[in-house]
Amino acid sequence: MVVDQVGVDGTGVAGAPVHDTGLGELDDEGVDVLFHALADTTRRDIVRRCVRGELSVSRLAHAYPMSFAAVQKHVTVLERAGLVTKQRRGREQLVRTEPDAVRRARRALDQLETAWRERVDRMSELLAPAPAASPRRPMRGRDR
Amino acid sequence: MTVIRVDKDVDNLSLTVVAEFAAPIERVWQLWADPRQLERWWGPPSYPATVERHELAPGGEVTYFMTGPDGGRSHGWWRITSAEPPWSLQFVDGFADHDGVPQEGQPTTAIRVELTEHEGITQMEMRSTFASLEHMEQVVEMGAVEVFQLAVGQADAVLAG
Repeated sequence: MVVDQVGVDGTGVAGAPVHDTGLGELDDEGVDVLFHALADTTRRDIVRRCVRGELSVSRLAHAYPMSFAAVQKHVTVLERAGLVTKQRRGREQLVRTEPDAVRRARRALDQLETAWRERVDRMSELLAPAPAASPRRPMRGRDR
Repeated sequence: MTVIRVDKDVDNLSLTVVAEFAAPIERVWQLWADPRQLERWWGPPSYPATVERHELAPGGEVTYFMTGPDGGRSHGWWRITSAEPPWSLQFVDGFADHDGVPQEGQPTTAIRVELTEHEGITQMEMRSTFASLEHMEQVVEMGAVEVFQLAVGQADAVLAG
């Protein structure tokens, strides 16, 4: 499944200071994971703003120099990744960050990275010239 | 002969690994195109893969199973969306039932492989995009055991040395 690009990456609020993020509710690891993991500036910002789950999509849309539809699309991408959830309150849809999901995704990606690194190791062994009849293993390392 | 870049994208649930090999591009392509070579690296030593059907052409299918230490088999399949030897390969990887029949409604992984060669060094980019967080953990579920076992095996080798 290919996830479509939103096409507004890096525009607008790049580097703008964010006030009152509510990050105090996350532990250091959570903050580290969030900042490290989320590549898109706007989506990262949405995740930071929605920790308290008090903002609606339309309130969020006022914070960015882009259309309501574009912001909604960002929220949908985050929602699909399980990083935020939406809750209906009256006529509003409130967006809430799911820090556990961010952590889980990060951990799963770390493990998948390990699995692929091991595949690359096995590929390298297959591509290596036929070794002499010696039980010595090729040198490892340089992996990072 | 090593991983030169890894990109983990949490909000798009994708993982990109770029590796370099000291081999011509046609040789590296054979890792995918030759089923006997494919089964020597796709699964870890504790879960070796056996490739049954293997047709690397658009619309073609690859079917395989992985055999665990207890003899249990997990079946999987690829559906090839694009193949341009020796440059690129795109396919969807999914779980199959005990008869190797794709499980309908199960999440799948989209995998894109791109190869380039420069002065005898082949660079291969492998990008996996997952359907959901749950699916990603499901894929890890099988992999986590093998990662652990491999780590133990390597520790044994070091201790023995």
